Amino acid sequence: MTSATEGLSELDTGPGRLSARLDTVELAGTTPDDEQPYAELGLKDDEYARIKDILGRRPTTAELAMYSVMWSEHCSYKSSKVHLRQFGDLPHSDALLVGIGENAGVVDVGDGYAVTFKVESHNHPSYVEPYQGAATGVGGIVRDILTMGARPIAVMDSLRFGPADAPDTARVLPGVVAGVGGYGNCLGLPNIGGELLFDECYAGNPLVNALCVGVMRHEDVRLAKAEGVGNKVILFGARTGGDGIGGVSVLASETFDAEGPAKRPSVQVGDPFMEKLLIEACLEIFGQDLVTGIQDLGGAGLSCATSELASAGTGGMHVDLDTVPLRDSTLTPAEILMSESQERMCAIVEPGKVDQFLAVCRKWDVLATVIGEVTEGDRLTVDWHGERIIDVPPRTVAHEGPVYERPMARPADLDRLQADDAGKLPRPTTGAELQAHWLAVISSPDGADKTWVTEQYDRYVRGNTVLAQPEDAGVVRIDEDSHRGIALALDGNARYARLDPYTGTQLNLAEAYRNVAVSGATPLAVTNCLNFGSPEEPEVMWQFAEAVRGLADGCRELGLPVTGGNVSLYNQTGDVPINPTPVIGVLGVHEDVRRRIPGGWRADGETVLLLGETREEFGGSAWASVVHGHLGGRPPTVDLAAERRLGELLAALGRDGLVSSAHDVADGGLAQTLTESALRYGVGARLRLDGDPFAALFSESAARAVVTTNDPGAVTTAAQEAGVAVTELGTTGGDGPDAALVVQDLLELRLDELRAAWTATLPALFGTPEATVGRVPAGAVPTS
Amino acid sequence: MRIGIITFPGSLDDVDAARAVRLAGGEPVALWHAEHDLQDVDAVVLPGGFSYGDYLRAGAIAARAPLMQDVVERARQGLPVLGICNGFQVLCEAGLLPGALTRNSHLHFRNRDQVLGVERADTAWTSSYATGQRIVIPVKNGEGRFVASDGDLDRIEGEGRVVVRYLDGNPNGSSRDIAGVTSENGRVVGLMPHPEHAVEDLTGPSTDGLGFFTSVLKAVVNA
Repeated sequence: MTSATEGLSELDTGPGRLSARLDTVELAGTTPDDEQPYAELGLKDDEYARIKDILGRRPTTAELAMYSVMWSEHCSYKSSKVHLRQFGDLPHSDALLVGIGENAGVVDVGDGYAVTFKVESHNHPSYVEPYQGAATGVGGIVRDILTMGARPIAVMDSLRFGPADAPDTARVLPGVVAGVGGYGNCLGLPNIGGELLFDECYAGNPLVNALCVGVMRHEDVRLAKAEGVGNKVILFGARTGGDGIGGVSVLASETFDAEGPAKRPSVQVGDPFMEKLLIEACLEIFGQDLVTGIQDLGGAGLSCATSELASAGTGGMHVDLDTVPLRDSTLTPAEILMSESQERMCAIVEPGKVDQFLAVCRKWDVLATVIGEVTEGDRLTVDWHGERIIDVPPRTVAHEGPVYERPMARPADLDRLQADDAGKLPRPTTGAELQAHWLAVISSPDGADKTWVTEQYDRYVRGNTVLAQPEDAGVVRIDEDSHRGIALALDGNARYARLDPYTGTQLNLAEAYRNVAVSGATPLAVTNCLNFGSPEEPEVMWQFAEAVRGLADGCRELGLPVTGGNVSLYNQTGDVPINPTPVIGVLGVHEDVRRRIPGGWRADGETVLLLGETREEFGGSAWASVVHGHLGGRPPTVDLAAERRLGELLAALGRDGLVSSAHDVADGGLAQTLTESALRYGVGARLRLDGDPFAALFSESAARAVVTTNDPGAVTTAAQEAGVAVTELGTTGGDGPDAALVVQDLLELRLDELRAAWTATLPALFGTPEATVGRVPAGAVPTS
Repeated sequence: MRIGIITFPGSLDDVDAARAVRLAGGEPVALWHAEHDLQDVDAVVLPGGFSYGDYLRAGAIAARAPLMQDVVERARQGLPVLGICNGFQVLCEAGLLPGALTRNSHLHFRNRDQVLGVERADTAWTSSYATGQRIVIPVKNGEGRFVASDGDLDRIEGEGRVVVRYLDGNPNGSSRDIAGVTSENGRVVGLMPHPEHAVEDLTGPSTDGLGFFTSVLKAVVNA
C-alpha cells in the first residue's frame, strides 16, 4: 500500500500519470481523463465519481486531497451518521445551550456559567507513536474546547491496552501515559480522572480517549462560522509542516494491516508550549471581542477549518495558500491543505479589528497571518502562486460527504456467548478461597492501584481540583466565591458491551452517572467516545447500532441530553475487532463543592451501608475474567430508574451532610469498593455479609453504592423514602499496623497486606520509578 | 502588602500563587516578563510551570527575560523572592541560588503529596514555621532533581542554606534530599514543592503551604 504522502508527491512532481505542472482548476478542466490516485488517498470508486459529479470535472490534486480527508470516516462520520441522528432526536433539554454539530456541546451549569466538554479518540496514532499520539490527542481535544470560547480547566483520559504483561503493552503504555502527562502538565490542566483497563482485544489496538472540559460565561460562547463579506481569515499558532499528512484518512480510517509499512510519518508532533500560548492568546482575543468565528485545526487541518467555517457561514471564502507560514518550504499545496500540524487555529476577524488581533498574538509570541477573506457567493477558492487550485462548494466538502447505511448482522457467536452463563462457574466457598479471589481481583491489572499512572499527571494546577483520581468522579470548582463546581466521570466497560452492546452501553452510562452522583453532584449531560472495529464488517456495525440505540434510550430515560461525541472505527488488526467499547462521559453540577462526598473512609466508628440491591450477576464480571478467564452470559440488569433514585438520594445525602464517604460498586463488585475505600486513608472495618458472601462480594449488580455515616438512622430513613434498599454492612474502625477489613466468621484482610497486593501490580509490570535517595552517582554532577 | 507574581510564557501556577498571596492577606500583583516594571511590589514570586516549554534547559530562557534583570538587581539589595518549581529553576539559572535542577533520576514526571522538614525558619519566606517542623505539600515535577558539586553541597549545608528537605522518601533523586535552598541573606528562596497548592482544605492535602506567604508579609513589615 502506498502512503498518502507518496501518492501526492508523485502527483505534483513525478513524471508519470499527470504532468509535472501545477494541477490547476483550469488544467483539470482540460485534462478530464487523467488518472488520479484516489484509492491511495482512501476514496472509493463511487466516492470519486461523486466528486467529479459535484464539480462537473475531475478534481485538481489539491481538491482531491481536500475531499479525501474530509470524506474520510474520521471526519465525515459516513458509517455512523445514520445512527447518531438518534441523539439529536432526544427531547429538548433546557441545560443544553449548544448541541451536536459544533466543536463541542455547551451546557448551562447555573449562575450564568456554561461548561463545554468532549472526549475524543487518538487510538491509531497512539499505537504507531505512543508519546506523540497520546500527547496530540490531548492537544486536539483541548483546542476543541478552546474553540467554543471556553477556558479549558481540566482533562481526563480513558486508556485501554492489550494484556498487561504483553511486550507490546510495555512499549505502548509508558509512552501513552508520558504523552498524556507531558502535554497536559505543560498546558497547566489538571488531570482529574479516567480509566486504565487491559484486554487481549486491544493488543495492536490500544484505545486512547482524552476528555477536556472548559468553562465560560453564557455570553462568551463562540461558534465556528465565517460570516461578513470582507472579513479576514487569520491562521495563527504553529507553522505548517509535513507532519500528520493524511492522519485522518490513512491512520484513523483504515484497519491496520499486519504486514503494512510503518505509518509513523502520519502521526503529528505536539508542542504543548505553543498550545499554552495559543490558549492565553485566544482567551485574550475573546475577551476583547475580536473574532466573529473561530475554528481549530485538527484532523484534516486547513481543509477542514476552511470548508467548515465557510459552509457554516454564507459559503464564500478565498484563501491565498502562499501566505501560510511553513515549517518546510518544499510542501506541495495539497500537503499544506492536508497537514495536521498541531497548535493551529483559524479565526474570522473584521478588518477593523485585525491590527488589535495581531497585537495580542505578538504579545504571546504567537505567529498570526492573514491568509484570506470571506467572499460573496458560495464557493471556497484557493490560489497558489497566482493560480486557482481549488474552487468548490464548501458544503460538499464539509457536510455533504457520503452517507452509508452499512449492512448489519448480529454476531454469529453471540448466542453461544450469552448462553455460557458465568453463574455456572466454580465458586469460592470457604473464607480462604474468598480471600484468595478477593486478592486476585483487586491485584489484577484492571483492579490494581493506578498511582503508577496518575502520579505522572498534575492534579493540582489551577488550584480548583476538589476531587481527582482515584475518586469516582473528578470535581472542579468553577467559582471561588459561590463554590459552584462540576463533576465528571468516564466509564466504558467493554466486556458488558461485548455480551450485549445495547445493555452494556446503558450500563456504562449508568456507571458514569452513578460516579458523578456519588460525589454528590447532580448529573446534567452526556458525551461519548464510541470505539469499535471496522464498519465494513456487518457484525461490528450491528454492535455499533445497538450501542447508539442503547445510549439514546438510556439518555431519554434519565432525561439527559447528549452534547456531542466522537466515533472511532476500524479499531481492529486483521479481521479481529476490539470488543465494542463505548466510553460514556457524564457531567454533573455541584452547587457547592464544599458539600462533595469523597470516596475514602477517614474516621473510626462510622456505619458502613450498602445502598441498592445485590443480585446474582456475574456475566462480564471482573471475578469471572480474573479468576476463570471467562467472558460469557448476560451483563448485569440495567435499571435506570433505580440509578436515578440512587443518584437523587446521594445528592440529598451530600447536601444535608449525612454521609462522610460514598463509593460506587461496579467492576470487581463490593470487594473492589471496600478495598479502595479502606486503603484510601488506611481505615479498616468490621463487616458482616448476610446471605451468600460470594454474591455479596463479587456480583456486579448496578445501581449500588457504599456510604459511611454517623447517622445511620437518618440515612436509612432517607433511603427508604427514596425507594433505595439499604443493607448495614458494619462499622469502620482500626487504623495503624493492625488495621484490617474483617468479614465476620469469614475472613480477615490486614490493610498492609491488602495494600501490598493492590499497589504492587503496575510497578511490577512497568518498573518502579523510585528515586535514588540522597546520593548522586559520581560523574553526574556538573562541576561549578 | 503588594506581592508580585511574574508570568512568563508557559507559566502555569501563577493563578495559584496569586490565590495563595490573597489567602495569606497580601495583594497579588501580576507582573509581565517582558516589561522592566516591578510596579513597586514588596516581594516577588516566580511561579511554577513550563516557561518556554522547558526548551534549552528548564528556566534558562526565562532567566534572561527583561524583568529578571530587575529582579536580580533588587534581590541582591534584599527584595524577597520566592521561586517555586520552575521559578526555582529560573533562580538557579539567573545565578541567585546555587546548584541546578535536572531530570528526575527515575525519568518520570511525578506528582505526590510530600512530607518536608523545615530546616530554616528564619528566612523571609519561612518565619511562620518552626525549625524541624514537618509539613505536607504537593511536589510535581519532571526536572526537579537538585544537584551541585560535592564542594558546593558541603558549602550549602555548612552555611545552613537548606530551607526544606524531603522526608519519608525523595521524589526525584535530589542530592542529599534537598527540596529548597536560600540565598546567603535569607531573602531569596527556591523550592521544588508547591506551597501554593496547599493553602485550602478543599483543594490541597493540607494548608501547610500558606506559611510561606504569611512569612513574607511579616518579613516585609519588619524590613
